[in-house]
Amino acid sequence: MIKVSNLEKSYGNQKALKGISLEVAKGELFGLIGPDGAGKTTLMRILVTLLLPDQGLASLDGLDVVADFRKIRTMVGYMPGRFSLYQDLTVEENLQFFATVFGGTIEENYHLIKDIYVQIEPFKNRLAGKLSGGMKQKLALSCALIHAPKVLILDEPTTGVDAVSRKEFWEMLNNLRHMGITILVSTPYMDEANLCDRVALFQNGSILSIDTPKNITASFSKKLYGVKVETTAQRFECVGLLKELSGIDSVFSFGESIHITTVQQNIDETTVKEYLNQKGHQGISVGKIEPSIEDVFMELMQNEGN
Amino acid sequence: MRTILYLLQKEFIQVFRNKSMLPIIFIMPLVQMLVLVFAATMELKKVDITVVDFDLSETSTRLTAKFEASSFFHLTRAQLSPTETDQLLLKGKANLVVTFPHGFEQDLKRNDQASLQVMVDAINGSAAELSNAYLQTVIASYNQKIRAQMLGVPKFTPPEQVNVIPAYWYNPELNFKFYMAPGVLVILVTIIGLFLSSLNLVREKEMGTIEQLNVTPIKKYHFIIGKMMPFLIIALLDLTFGLLVAKVVFGLPFRGNILTLYVFTSLYLFLIMSIGLFVSAISETQQQVLFVSFFFLIVFIIMSGLFTPVESMPVWAQRMDLINPIYYLIRIIRNVVLKGSGLLDMTSELLRLCGYGLLMFSLAVWRYRKTV
Repeated sequence: MIKVSNLEKSYGNQKALKGISLEVAKGELFGLIGPDGAGKTTLMRILVTLLLPDQGLASLDGLDVVADFRKIRTMVGYMPGRFSLYQDLTVEENLQFFATVFGGTIEENYHLIKDIYVQIEPFKNRLAGKLSGGMKQKLALSCALIHAPKVLILDEPTTGVDAVSRKEFWEMLNNLRHMGITILVSTPYMDEANLCDRVALFQNGSILSIDTPKNITASFSKKLYGVKVETTAQRFECVGLLKELSGIDSVFSFGESIHITTVQQNIDETTVKEYLNQKGHQGISVGKIEPSIEDVFMELMQNEGN
Repeated sequence: MRTILYLLQKEFIQVFRNKSMLPIIFIMPLVQMLVLVFAATMELKKVDITVVDFDLSETSTRLTAKFEASSFFHLTRAQLSPTETDQLLLKGKANLVVTFPHGFEQDLKRNDQASLQVMVDAINGSAAELSNAYLQTVIASYNQKIRAQMLGVPKFTPPEQVNVIPAYWYNPELNFKFYMAPGVLVILVTIIGLFLSSLNLVREKEMGTIEQLNVTPIKKYHFIIGKMMPFLIIALLDLTFGLLVAKVVFGLPFRGNILTLYVFTSLYLFLIMSIGLFVSAISETQQQVLFVSFFFLIVFIIMSGLFTPVESMPVWAQRMDLINPIYYLIRIIRNVVLKGSGLLDMTSELLRLCGYGLLMFSLAVWRYRKTV
């Protein structure tokens, strides 16, 4: 449904996309995962015909994003990263407006947005600017869907939204996928990657890897241990100490704990624990853990760096 | 068509939901008509004149009384030394100082001529010239009288004289307000047209709503027309309101056809809004739009002939007025209101406004890009 090959885009000297290629099948929920500035938004803006690529091809449902931009605009639903509806219009007026500019009515495609819209319908006379973050996202999704697009492109829809709304939002995306809509979604949250059918890991304008979340974590080649410490200060010190330990491949601070990978067989839970005890750190627990997407991402980034 | 109607509806909802809009729409014309028209007057009244009379003769006293009788002057008599006189001008307590030297009357009678000194504060050049001219008129008329008195009734018929009796057409009483009010109406519709529409478009950029709008199949010219129509309607409403105020408050005569006025104003608004939309199409923020629009607005107003006659500008500046929209409308509106000119009397202006408007509209549509 979405086909991108060797796509390049620069802003001045800054290369935002360094020749990326990917394909998304019809009805797939595809995730673009990566930190800010990785090039996710640039790719999406090219796909929705807001930006012209410097090199390479991109097409949606066989329509070229440059040559057939008019046709693409009628079949794609786009939700920009920044809330882009009219804050001084009410919920209902916004929905009505977008239905009309696409030449349709709310009633025509109401079935598509019903599940989402019923949640914000009680506030339909409220100005969009006065909605909470989660409700704004639901309204924006409704407005992006009201013309029954074949492809839905969502730029970081869950950024700045509370955990409950985030979960609800992903459930909605799942339902839409079952209706046959192809969805391309970007997120800086690695945990959301597992909710996609397939993901592309983005970094510095390149794709590090494209696969199902399962295959991506399975591709992790090293042994991974999680080190739990008691205080933040202790965590900083231990990261420093572990970097000095020979046989350790990488050390990353992951929220409350430290993830380390090893390349040598002689290092395991006990050696790490004893090493830290020796250096005067008590209350340490070390255990083997399953890699997450984020661990894979860190590993790939490290390889890239080398 | 349905899209345009809906765009219009949306713009109107937004305009009237904005709480500062209604006061702008209704109070601005009122303030402009009531304050500007009275304030921007070139007529001089109550020029402060101080008379220093060292002669204290019959002639000097009579002439002083003539000054006093004129409605232009506010007269003070004082006995001052030359330094004190200088101080008076320096401190701005007098605009004019007239000094009769000692022996003024005697000189006049013995030598048939006498001099008096006039000092004028000329910081404002045109005001100085004007007040000096008033003064000279008073002195000249007095001159004729004393000559007649001194020589007695002429024994022979005076030589032939050319007498000029002016007739002021279209504004017989030279009422400055009639001249200013139509011009101020132009400024009014310009501000509404230029600023409201251009700020509105760039606001969509600032708020990010244009990002969402650009991926819709909406046509460029639909969008631009949607941005113009509401403010065209509001500006015409304000024009009507301003004309009513002018009619009621200072009895502005309206000799022309009101429809002619609306046709010209609509064409003008189409032009000025296209300029505004072009500026906002190449700007990113409301601040940029304001700066650029203000620059052009000030240049256009000063060169338009609103305050000073265009004919007194250098020729190159008069040529520049060919691209000054305000210049056209001020001329047109004065002609329609005061002379009663119709569309056919101003075909050249009509064609120029149309052509210029279409050019700027095409530029605005071309420069507004949905894709970067």
